[in-house]
Amino acid sequence: MSKFTKKKGGELPAVNTASLPDIVFMLLFFFMVVTVLRDNDLLVKNTLPKADQVEKLKKDRSVFIFAGKPSARYQDKYGKEGKIQIGDKYTDVSNLKFALTEARQKLRPELQDKVMVALKVDEETNTGLVTDIKQELRDLNMLKLIYITAPGNEVGN
Amino acid sequence: MARRATPEVNAGSMADIAFLLLIFFLVTTTIEKDKGIARQLPPNEEIEDPPIIRQRNLFVVNVNKNDQLLVEEELMELKNLRQAAIDFLDNGGAAAGSPEYCNYCKGKRDPESSDNPDKAVISVQNDRLTSYKMYIAVQNELVAAYNFLRDRESQRLYGFKFTEVKKAMDEGNYQGNEEAAQEKLETIQKLFPLKLSEAEPKSKGS
Repeated sequence: MSKFTKKKGGELPAVNTASLPDIVFMLLFFFMVVTVLRDNDLLVKNTLPKADQVEKLKKDRSVFIFAGKPSARYQDKYGKEGKIQIGDKYTDVSNLKFALTEARQKLRPELQDKVMVALKVDEETNTGLVTDIKQELRDLNMLKLIYITAPGNEVGN
Repeated sequence: MARRATPEVNAGSMADIAFLLLIFFLVTTTIEKDKGIARQLPPNEEIEDPPIIRQRNLFVVNVNKNDQLLVEEELMELKNLRQAAIDFLDNGGAAAGSPEYCNYCKGKRDPESSDNPDKAVISVQNDRLTSYKMYIAVQNELVAAYNFLRDRESQRLYGFKFTEVKKAMDEGNYQGNEEAAQEKLETIQKLFPLKLSEAEPKSKGS
């Protein structure tokens, strides 16, 4: 029996690494939660105007439209006029209906009637472009829209 | 007796701690949500006989291509727009005793300005070259004017602020009876209905 009880004294046991996977998983989950996946690459400059009388956007039922000048690296190719972007490509005003219908079909079927169009428009864009978009939306009978803004107030600054 | 090695630390509860932390982060982290000014567009159909709006019930806001404001034929700074809109909406110019009389208005009761908030319409006309920044700023100020009046009325009638309760309900953390509160909000909305009209913008550069 003494064969089993006799042990080498004085040596420290190795650090237990059994919990290491747990910690790693925890970190993984944490980053999974806080990371927002960006599903479309911005092709236009997008500094949002400021407003403080705002409402929240319901993301599951919204279609995003971006508009503004093309970003710096695309300006050689597309010029400096305001452009519309849906998904990850530029769209023309005349093409807007098709692109919007396509975008709407990607939503969950029960929410397609309640679709809300979120306009993310650069603050330097002309209102004329926005008016054109709104006219197309009216033709499509997508009447709910929301102008996405940044927190703040134009008057204060 | 021989010295024994230190026993292994029990790591069985490690998973529990990890889950606890995970849940903590899940609960406390809020993903940044987009916010903005919501609007309902008018449907694209011809209105057979549009209602006639009297000049005094119409508050015309013009924005030109240089982002200058013309409010009721007068140049105005953006910072004064909110108060001007509040004065217009809250005027209550209809004579006492008439069916249009507004008993909750606290304005000047100028017969030359709006009859009551239900009749009052704010019309915004933009130029095509107006910057979007200015457009949103104007919309924001006008919504702010409505919110100010709605807050005032809900404070008077129910003792809470319209915007605060609406925000709490949107975020789903309103304490108390939601249906009753919803009804109250609708009453307030009826007192000051949002009547913002947008004229077709004038042609380029006019």
